Amino acid sequence: MAEAFWLIPLIPGAGALVLLLFGSRMPRRWVSWQSTLAVLASFVLSAAGFARLVRAGPDAPALAKTLLPWIASGSFVAEFAFSFDRLSAVMALVVTGVGLLIHVYSVGYMAGDKAYARYFAYLNLFMFFMLVLVTASDIVLMFIGWEGVGLCSYLLIGFWFDRPAAAKAGLKAFVVNRVGDAAFIVGLLFLLTAVGDPSFAAINAAPAAGLVGPGLATLAAVLLFVGATGKSAQIPLYVWLPDAMEGPTPVSALIHAATMVTAGVYMVSRLGGLFAASPAASAVVAWTGGLTAVFAATVALVQTDIKRVLAYSTISQIGYMFLGCGVGACAAGMFHLFTHAFFKSLLFLAAGSVIHALGGEQDMRRMGGLRKRLPVTFPAFLVGAMAIAGVPFLSGFFSKDAILTSAFAGGHYVLYGLGLAGAVLTAFYVFRMVFLTFYGEPRAAGAHPRVRESPPVMTVPLVILAALSALAGLAGLPVLLGGRADLFGRFLEGVVVRTAHRLAASSEVLLILAAAASALAGIYLAFVFYRGSPALPARSAARFPRLYRLLTGKYYVDEAYEAAIVRPLVRGAELVYRRFDLEVVDGALNASAAAARGAGQGLNTVQSGLLRDYALAFLLGVVIFLGALLL
Amino acid sequence: MAWAVFIVLSVLCVGAVAAMIVSRNQAHNALFLVLAFASLGGLFGLLDAPFAAAVQVLVYAGAIMVLFLFAIMMFNLRRPAPREKKTLRAALAAGLGTVLFVELVLAARKALAGSVPTGAPGGIEGLGRLLFTDYLYAFEITSLLILAALVGALALAGKKEDA
Amino acid sequence: MIPPPAFLFLAVLLFGLGVLAFFVKKDLLTQFMAVEIMLNAGNLAFLSLAKAFGRAEGQALVLFVITVAAAEAVVGLAIIVVVFRQRRSLRTDELKDLKG
Repeated sequence: MAEAFWLIPLIPGAGALVLLLFGSRMPRRWVSWQSTLAVLASFVLSAAGFARLVRAGPDAPALAKTLLPWIASGSFVAEFAFSFDRLSAVMALVVTGVGLLIHVYSVGYMAGDKAYARYFAYLNLFMFFMLVLVTASDIVLMFIGWEGVGLCSYLLIGFWFDRPAAAKAGLKAFVVNRVGDAAFIVGLLFLLTAVGDPSFAAINAAPAAGLVGPGLATLAAVLLFVGATGKSAQIPLYVWLPDAMEGPTPVSALIHAATMVTAGVYMVSRLGGLFAASPAASAVVAWTGGLTAVFAATVALVQTDIKRVLAYSTISQIGYMFLGCGVGACAAGMFHLFTHAFFKSLLFLAAGSVIHALGGEQDMRRMGGLRKRLPVTFPAFLVGAMAIAGVPFLSGFFSKDAILTSAFAGGHYVLYGLGLAGAVLTAFYVFRMVFLTFYGEPRAAGAHPRVRESPPVMTVPLVILAALSALAGLAGLPVLLGGRADLFGRFLEGVVVRTAHRLAASSEVLLILAAAASALAGIYLAFVFYRGSPALPARSAARFPRLYRLLTGKYYVDEAYEAAIVRPLVRGAELVYRRFDLEVVDGALNASAAAARGAGQGLNTVQSGLLRDYALAFLLGVVIFLGALLL
Repeated sequence: MAWAVFIVLSVLCVGAVAAMIVSRNQAHNALFLVLAFASLGGLFGLLDAPFAAAVQVLVYAGAIMVLFLFAIMMFNLRRPAPREKKTLRAALAAGLGTVLFVELVLAARKALAGSVPTGAPGGIEGLGRLLFTDYLYAFEITSLLILAALVGALALAGKKEDA
Repeated sequence: MIPPPAFLFLAVLLFGLGVLAFFVKKDLLTQFMAVEIMLNAGNLAFLSLAKAFGRAEGQALVLFVITVAAAEAVVGLAIIVVVFRQRRSLRTDELKDLKG
């Protein structure tokens, strides 16, 4: 069965095609089953491939399959070729596993929507492109997946396109991603001209083989990483992700938390050989990640929309992943990607359940006291919150610790400090969310009299994800517990680049204690602020009004972009429109139209309408033509 | 013997076309055309192209001419076509036609310049092989063309519901 | 054994007669027949050249020409039928609707 791994992307792809063509005429029940079963099939195939790779041992070659030749131009050849190695296996399992749960959840969440089939068609299409992205064996095919998930993201953010905010958010996501992708393409072309072979193996081997010098490696890697900052919402191109929350909540969970936004991390891990060849590019990755982690966390502190908090939290957590990759610990970054997929989609889905129960309310200031009303959602959300905050022994604790330990061991003390600060902030804003939403008195008394728990089709995925969020960390226990403990890291040993730094056991214990302390400190602070003395948040906001305004204004980055980039562009376009389009282009068009009209009126007299005259002209033409041929 | 057949057939053919030019009865014209096509079929046979000869007789002398005759019956033109008047246009056409004729003769000579008299151009087997290898796409596309012509003719000439 | 040039000359002659017929005649139907004669002259030329060069390609092309001619005859006659239904006439000196 593992040989059929190339069907992993194709099954949801075929499903999407069927749904796009015939979905609107199918019964809803059929749509739900078809789309979910397609993802289930991919999941089973991924699991089979994973099992094969585990059995084959670390040195076995990846599964490979070439479907069709695609571009063959001189010596450059790109093919529709898939490969399935250990990195792909992890990604495919995460994508199909979380995707499967989210498909199930969506059956409940979208039950009342009028465009039910369109939603599942897009969701299946997204699975197709995402799986192409992670199983492509060369960078050109990966780029198809990369663009495809961007398209699906756009379609799904703007799924309720009759809401202007949603349509605008979709457009923003698309345009911002274009900026990143332009850089990505330029980097790609640099690489392809130098290497001449788009396969990942060739690109990763190129620096060592001398095909790519250090300067070019830095240039190409940084350009590719700019693409990643767009897709994975890092500074400076993160601005689209908070707005992307206009899409349906399961979409936010799947695309804008668990899978698509982590594509950049996957790409950096996949091209580990290239990034490792350029310390400068690695530093850019690490610093971007570290700064984003703290920056987004500070914004998340004051947001009031539950989904926006989660969006900034996602930006911040992906920052951690890049931080890990940048300091040469891609395995740790991938591990955080793995655990984050579970707890962040859990948080999103639980938030979706809350929103669903409150009839669309997203503002935390009008929630509160839902602990008793939502007996399944609350514990699930709490598990997710503890996991992301890094409460010891839950998954987020281990993965975040792995990244921070690697940063410390690699001598990046400032980055380590940033990460630790981010961890405190993370714990704080997540538990602020818990306290505001589930504790205290219902603040919109009477507004939501009939708050009811969501149906099982939504809560069962929550329970499964909660279990995974709690336990996934066991896949990558700290090396401290013995060399064999870090199953995850050892599984990826041969596939991703890893700079091994060994720390003394004592310092590692200290680091783990520091991580645990930072998590607990954040939670304690949140408790003090939002449970201990309810007046404290308002008082501190009043004490530091400028800081507070800066944070609620999200550092005014959107406004800055608007003023510095968007408005000059629009104004310039207007100028071009007035000066060039209206005068030059339209003028030329009108002139040529007038010329054609004149010529037509002149030639009109030739048209006698008599067949014989036309035939005569024809004969004359033949005679001239033949004469020319003979001469 | 071959020469005799050739001469008889060419005279029949050219004569039939000439008669068609002279005659003003459409039904007669169609019958002359059948004669011309049939004798052309014989000429094809003389040129070692038996398959083309058979198709010529079946398709032209058979199908296409039946089509013409049906059309003529439908029109049921009682009065014969009027006599042609000689005009400037006719003179121009005659001049150009003569030039064309000369040019064609020259072209024919030029075309034959490099010919090597080898034997027969290959039997039906070779023709079939050619049709299903080198000309396969063209061959398949002609089937589409025929289908399109069929549909087009029905759409054009078929009885309209409002007519 | 008749030399191919004889056939080729016959083809040219037939083509010329076809052109002549097309210009002399004034009813659409006979002019259409003249077109068919020209097509056939072309076929004859193809076949004689096939013979002259000893290659089967000319014969293959003849088959295509016949097929296309059949399709063309069907559509052409259909058009003529439509024209006749609307005008009750097939005289090309009376059909002037294409006048600009």
